[in-house]
Amino acid sequence: MKDSAKGFMGWLDARFPASSFWRNHMTGYYAPKNFNFWYFFGSLALLVLVNQIVTGIWLTMNYEPTASGAFASVEFIMRDVKWGWLIRYLHSTGASAFFVVIYLHMFRGLLYGSYKKPRELIWLFGMAMYLCLMAEAFMGYLLPWGQMSYWGAQVITSLFGAIPYVGEGLLQWLRGDYVVSGATLTRFFALHVIALPLLLIGLVIFHLIALHQVGSNNPDGIEIKDKKDANGVPLDGIPFHPYYTVKDLVGVVVFLIVFCLIVFFMPTAGGMFLEPDNFAAANPLVTPEHIKPVWYFTPYYAMLRAIPDKLFGVVTMAAAIAILFVLPWLDRSPVKSMRYRGVFSKIALTCFALSFIALGYLGWSSVTPLYTFLARVLTVVYFLFFLLMPFYTRYEKTKPVPERVT
Amino acid sequence: MQRICFFLLLCFPTLVFAAASQIPLDKVKIDPRDQASLQRGAKLYVNYCQGCHSLQFMRYNRMAVDLGIVDTDGKAHTHLVKNNLIFTGSKLHEPMLNGMSEEEAARWFGMVPPDLSLITRVRGPNWVYSYLRSFYADASRPWGTNNLVFNDVSMPNVLLELQGEQVPIYRTEVTKAPGGASREVQVLDHLELAKPGSMQPQAFDSAMRDLVNFLAYVAEPVKLERQRIGYWVIGFLIVFLVVVYLLKKEYWKDVKNK
Amino acid sequence: MDKDEPNEESIDHGRRRFLVAATTVIGGVGVVGAAVPFVASWLPSAKAQAAAAPVEVDVSRLEPGAKLTVEWRGKPVWIIHRSKAALAELKKSGTEHLRDPNSEVAQQPAYASNPLRSLNPNYLILIGICTHLGCVPIYRPDIGGVEPGWPGGFFCPCHGSKFDLAGRVYKGVPAPINLEVPPYKFISDSVVIIGEDAETA
Repeated sequence: MKDSAKGFMGWLDARFPASSFWRNHMTGYYAPKNFNFWYFFGSLALLVLVNQIVTGIWLTMNYEPTASGAFASVEFIMRDVKWGWLIRYLHSTGASAFFVVIYLHMFRGLLYGSYKKPRELIWLFGMAMYLCLMAEAFMGYLLPWGQMSYWGAQVITSLFGAIPYVGEGLLQWLRGDYVVSGATLTRFFALHVIALPLLLIGLVIFHLIALHQVGSNNPDGIEIKDKKDANGVPLDGIPFHPYYTVKDLVGVVVFLIVFCLIVFFMPTAGGMFLEPDNFAAANPLVTPEHIKPVWYFTPYYAMLRAIPDKLFGVVTMAAAIAILFVLPWLDRSPVKSMRYRGVFSKIALTCFALSFIALGYLGWSSVTPLYTFLARVLTVVYFLFFLLMPFYTRYEKTKPVPERVT
Repeated sequence: MQRICFFLLLCFPTLVFAAASQIPLDKVKIDPRDQASLQRGAKLYVNYCQGCHSLQFMRYNRMAVDLGIVDTDGKAHTHLVKNNLIFTGSKLHEPMLNGMSEEEAARWFGMVPPDLSLITRVRGPNWVYSYLRSFYADASRPWGTNNLVFNDVSMPNVLLELQGEQVPIYRTEVTKAPGGASREVQVLDHLELAKPGSMQPQAFDSAMRDLVNFLAYVAEPVKLERQRIGYWVIGFLIVFLVVVYLLKKEYWKDVKNK
Repeated sequence: MDKDEPNEESIDHGRRRFLVAATTVIGGVGVVGAAVPFVASWLPSAKAQAAAAPVEVDVSRLEPGAKLTVEWRGKPVWIIHRSKAALAELKKSGTEHLRDPNSEVAQQPAYASNPLRSLNPNYLILIGICTHLGCVPIYRPDIGGVEPGWPGGFFCPCHGSKFDLAGRVYKGVPAPINLEVPPYKFISDSVVIIGEDAETA
């Protein structure tokens, strides 16, 4: 009825589905009323994406994507450009914040079975975004052209050299040179500022379209659409706007407080977000003592280092990410949420989460024989979580799922 | 991975930085608010360091303003800066470069002395402080000096006249070789001041603290401003949090009552 | 809004309106505050400001009649040593053909707001950018060179604007106002600083 209103909205709605879009996705999109803490991270990921895009655009205004000028241009931004330091710290802290938020968001999915039927596609789009984000972060990390940028890129691109037959050629094609060089920098710059962000935004839209098609999951893992009132409104659903907009706003402000504490009071996060070695300009003739990626890649890096064979190490690392894609088909549990699953699922998820964190720590630390041994054990734990999933989810005893959300 | 690193190390065996030293680093207290210390540090820097080491990302005028070397309207004090801090003929707005050409430097020291704009962010203030105080006489080195925290450093001890000459004192340690035979080795235990310099040891340590304080300032000149703005931002967000929390509570009464 | 709301009466609409307004206002302040650094970052950087710093020029070797061009803030600044003959010609040619002979439009510091538009009559210092559309005019000191009775001055090749040897614009040409005089001061008879005001003002 309101859509046929006169005035500006009436004029607009006749030409553009503004009101119906707002209704379909905000005031008329019914989300389960029992979202908890874990449900903040989707909207926060969107916020961080916006932060990265805006600060990123502003950084390109003064950044110089050349081997001779990149490092100095970053310091130019940090010192000579008015407020450049803030824009740069927002971007560098935002990169790490992105992964914090995404890892928690993914863990939420594991916890409540959000990848299970009918939400497999949401999970796949999400995983594609995760992959895209990793590429985005990796290429972005080369741009400051510091020692760790350079050697990190040198080492990680070397992984492609492990591929039989085509590795060496592929490596040169990827770098555009025989080592990481200015040619690598410019192509990474182009991909980092244009190609990957475009892809990422497209995937975000697909992720949300798929979500709104099937509706949100919830901590009980119940389909709220199964129980509707006379008007066809889910009994356990509440309109996304205003209820979840105001709730997410609280999450946003709490997040911003933590985020700004880091940006303004510890922007390097003790070497976690900005590594000391990266304040020295790239030098192709001198390797830093301890090459390591930024913290969000270290779990995979630990796996890579733990395996005493170059090719097998690369395959393991790739498999660790690839296996996440097939998760919806590994899980045979009749229930979605961890709340109603059996003890094996709970133990498995706990072990998985702890092994991921511990691998992250090991990948961050220098290699010792003990750490290498631990990394091997934990890599096995990581994979067993997935490989045994069809069995422990199928045969364990689950609790009865309630009719309505709790 | 290790193989790759190892391979890279093999490629450039002579160029790899000296391995991390076992020497525990001395702690230094950094205080960007202590302008008097920063000014003394700046003066030491331009007199003892800038001949070889540039601060290419630091402009004289900004340094002057941040260090409180200003005239009545808060701008860099041209005469004070020109007479006390600029020995390279640079202009006030220019970066703090050095007068030495890279070719000359490479001929004299075997390498180009690194720019020190970011040295405390790379090495940490404690390392720089320890380094500056850890030169000792070593006749086997080209400049007759070596350094505890940076073994076989190619830099001469320019602070010799201030600190005096330190000599290494060794202790004897017994190590057991894998074969089983134990043998005695000489291990550098500590440094001792053999010839006093123009400064008492405490005065020298204090001067080095000023110098490191200055370098830490140069590494991130915006630090104080960043923190000052940070308090306002956090304060604002806390106020906002109260309002949005009340808003959320008010709307969610509907859900609770349903 | 929500017709299916069961407790319509129990809603405190006044409180909601107030909280929504408060959130909107404070949030708006936050957004504006967050935009400030992004907007302000477009101002000239410290590097641009350094390049725009005052320029010191020694004019002792500048022959009468000669022109020296220096760069200040990225713009060409002319220093012209006006010869006695040129000054005489300038005086002789009168002011009827000029649009703003007394420099009433603020195109110069107060200390150059005189007929010869200079601190020291021997040295004319101008920003060499035509006030029409920003071309660089050509220095034509040759008497009678541009047209019969030309007393020497500047001729803009783009659209034919003409200025005399004090940078004053002719009538009937596209340029609307006189050429700009930058701030400058002499720290000795032969050394001039461009970009810093003389302290006479």
